Amino acid sequence: MSTKETIEFRKQVVEEVLEVYPEKAKKNRRQHIAVKDSECASCAVKSNAKTVPGIMTARGCAYAGAKGVVWGPVKDVVHISHGPVGCGYYSWGNRRNLADGEIGVDNFVPFLFTSDFQESDIIYGGDKKLEKIIDEVVGLFPNAKGVSVLSECPVGLIGDDIESVARRMSEKIELPVIPVRCEGFRGISQSLGHHIANDAIRDHLLGKGPAREIGPYDIGIIGDYNIGGDAWASKKILEEMGLKVVNIWTGDSTLEMLQNGHLVKLNLIHCFRSMNYIAKHMEETYGTPWIEFNFFGPTKIKESILKIAAQFDDYIMEKALKVIEKYAAPMQKVIDTYRPRLEGKSVMLYVGGLRPRHIVGAYEDLGMEVIGTGYEFAHNEDYEKTIPALKEGTLIYDDVTALELEEFVKKLKPDLVGSGIKEKYVFEKMGLPFRQMHSWDYSGPYHGYEGFPIFARDMDMAINSPTWKSIKAPWTK
Amino acid sequence: METCTKVTKEWLNTQEYREKNFAREKLVINPAKACQPLGALLCALGIEASLPFVHGSQGCAAYFRSTLSRHYREPVAAVSDSMTEDSAVFGGQSNLIEGLKNANALYSPKVIAMFTSCMAEVIGDDINAYLGNAKEQEAIPKDLPVALANTPSFKGSHITGYDTMLKGLIECLATPRQEDKINNRLYVVPGFDTYTANLREYKRLLKVMDAPYTLLPDQSDVLDAPNLGTYELYPGGTPITEMNDALNAASFLFAQTYSTPTTRKYLAGMEVPVEVISMPIGVEKTDKFIEAVAKFTGKEVPEEITIERGRSIDAMTDSHQYIHGKKFALFGDPDVLIGVVSFLLEMGGEPVHIVCTNSTPLFKKAMESMLASSPYGQTATLYAGKDLWHLRSLLVTEPVDMLIGDSHGKWAARDANIPLVRIGFPITDRVNLHRYPIVGYSGVINMITMIVNTFLEEKDRTSTDPYFEMMR
Repeated sequence: MSTKETIEFRKQVVEEVLEVYPEKAKKNRRQHIAVKDSECASCAVKSNAKTVPGIMTARGCAYAGAKGVVWGPVKDVVHISHGPVGCGYYSWGNRRNLADGEIGVDNFVPFLFTSDFQESDIIYGGDKKLEKIIDEVVGLFPNAKGVSVLSECPVGLIGDDIESVARRMSEKIELPVIPVRCEGFRGISQSLGHHIANDAIRDHLLGKGPAREIGPYDIGIIGDYNIGGDAWASKKILEEMGLKVVNIWTGDSTLEMLQNGHLVKLNLIHCFRSMNYIAKHMEETYGTPWIEFNFFGPTKIKESILKIAAQFDDYIMEKALKVIEKYAAPMQKVIDTYRPRLEGKSVMLYVGGLRPRHIVGAYEDLGMEVIGTGYEFAHNEDYEKTIPALKEGTLIYDDVTALELEEFVKKLKPDLVGSGIKEKYVFEKMGLPFRQMHSWDYSGPYHGYEGFPIFARDMDMAINSPTWKSIKAPWTK
Repeated sequence: METCTKVTKEWLNTQEYREKNFAREKLVINPAKACQPLGALLCALGIEASLPFVHGSQGCAAYFRSTLSRHYREPVAAVSDSMTEDSAVFGGQSNLIEGLKNANALYSPKVIAMFTSCMAEVIGDDINAYLGNAKEQEAIPKDLPVALANTPSFKGSHITGYDTMLKGLIECLATPRQEDKINNRLYVVPGFDTYTANLREYKRLLKVMDAPYTLLPDQSDVLDAPNLGTYELYPGGTPITEMNDALNAASFLFAQTYSTPTTRKYLAGMEVPVEVISMPIGVEKTDKFIEAVAKFTGKEVPEEITIERGRSIDAMTDSHQYIHGKKFALFGDPDVLIGVVSFLLEMGGEPVHIVCTNSTPLFKKAMESMLASSPYGQTATLYAGKDLWHLRSLLVTEPVDMLIGDSHGKWAARDANIPLVRIGFPITDRVNLHRYPIVGYSGVINMITMIVNTFLEEKDRTSTDPYFEMMR
């Protein structure tokens, strides 16, 4: 098919798939889906809007964005899931944000701390209980550097005042107690939770850390949650370049890193969506500059290394070039191994914050083509950043429903689907290779030079697994 | 900093810390319980062409689906009506009505199983009235059954939600009991059971015993669906026709006690004969199941079953030496705990610490009386309402040889340097365990295999040269 034919075909597919909806839902959903067509000025994607009730969305809630994404990885803080037991239980130990530290001593990442609301707490309020809980936290975990209170739906609905509890308790225990108003009903996705979490860092921690001299090469990584060790892989490159990573937000991070996020020469943003707010704030308030970067796949890594080095002096640029040179051969070897096995294979993605665009280059390094992509909770600026990275005819879908994604995949027939746990087994039942692209399917890291060989191996393993060949029984027609 | 860290780590393992830890009153750390709607969702999946519908925040639905998918490694379908801030002000009726309309148009379910999450419960949404209005407004056909369950997360746990949804489904789908229309079937309710193989095992045993039966609900084909190259949204479940006829059941047999009281009470009120037994884990409890079914059929227990039982006893005597006198800690749901502890006692194993976060007074009484009646139960303590951080303190101050529980126990087991045998829910770090039954006589053999081979692996892995032997 020519590009023009592809565009027309995919536009047709969209119309066919939308047919299933009642009129109101159809009208709504049509605005969220587009085919990249440079000749079509009106082909924009609506985003960051309410999900249509009753369709099967992959989206989560503000609590998931605030606790699961932003606050959960901060290792030396005790994060209290404030409300009934469920939210904390379901977000316990399954995001793969690795942290280095002694568990229960100065690393509380693999824990679930909950106020386990009962009916009486709903009736009488949970503020007193929260005070007692914070006292108990300090008694049992004396090395904790602070306490965060992540409120679940009922807390906001019954009118509890966790802010004043936090203020009182912070004075009493002489540690930061950070109220995070991330009730799940706020906003329309995880996204508002990220924002609320950023604001809590801004209001309660930033600029309140111990004084620190800023070294000439001090930098911070913002929006890397260390999934499967991603942040460590990114850090390795930056340090080989001669830079000093003093903060990571928030993968494997500490309370002090959040307090001193502005005390760097430059902040590097990986996941723009979840942490752009605070990066912009640091720039406006403290003059700390930030740039975006992309450490997925050797092409983007090289571009990013050069972009980052250009912010510093010749010393760094020289080292940066050496890093690029050092890894050129090993990366080429990865490409030589896997590209012949993956060349021309197509991928459809549906993920979260940055990956629907950031990871496109890594697939291209392997000779693969992204033919469909979309975000769970992006805003317009994310799509503005994404569309230029895509080929003509790429299908773009925002807050795609389970049914749409199934139908799009059936019609576009990609060789690989990359999405989340809720989607994984649907496509595997269809006999389609799949990789979880939130959790790296329990593999990783995928960032950096360390990550690319693992990424390449994993994609090859999924697509070329011999297991797919056994699906059809020899006696069936 | 370094020394401070070291001191504290050791302190966590002290008796002093244990006392401090047990003195906590409000803070809950690593509880072994989820919330009601998760259980409601699991229940709903076990009915033919049933679409679970969360009335509440969409994040809840995402969490339940992910959690179940991670355990089963299967797709889990559920919709929500995505209530947001404006619903907090105006109530969730408009979301509910629009949600029903869209869900029905997209997924053509035979029944919608609607249950609530926190938000709807706190603001006091009347889902029954809303449903009436939805039908009035023709958002969905008047004859589309919608089962309702109020499942607030701040009461009970996942097993409560399972029970409430089950009652809701029967209430919604079953026609009133008519004495002249009593069917000949035994309706078997597995309870909150996350082993698809357990469900298949019940069906196999019932078939061998020639008992006409309905398994209600039955997620075995839904959460252990074959890969045939196509995705089926509704791959199985208890047939709707058998749901319709549920109140005309000859009898109901409940294979779990603590995850089913509401449904049992409802059925008894409808004058349906109800029998409840312990979850058939271990020989004695399986015997009770077989006897209950035989009582129902009025037939002799087939020889095949006696032979099968004999094989499991053979496995027990063959390997009693590896379990006898070994000390165990366990945690999990009440029904599973009663069963697994009963099995250990039969093997001469000694349960020491039993942690049940979602304990009830009746369960406590039953567990304590079972322990008291066995010479191997004398050293055991049931810690009702405690969590896995309490359990950790127990393991490091009063060591045992093995921990039995779900994947969340892996940190405590690691700190205590003992193996964890995974029985329960969720199991997210091992494959296929839900495909091996723990109920019935075959469950006995499977549990022996898991427990004994884990001990023997440990022994091989840790033994020095002279003691590294060919035979164990």
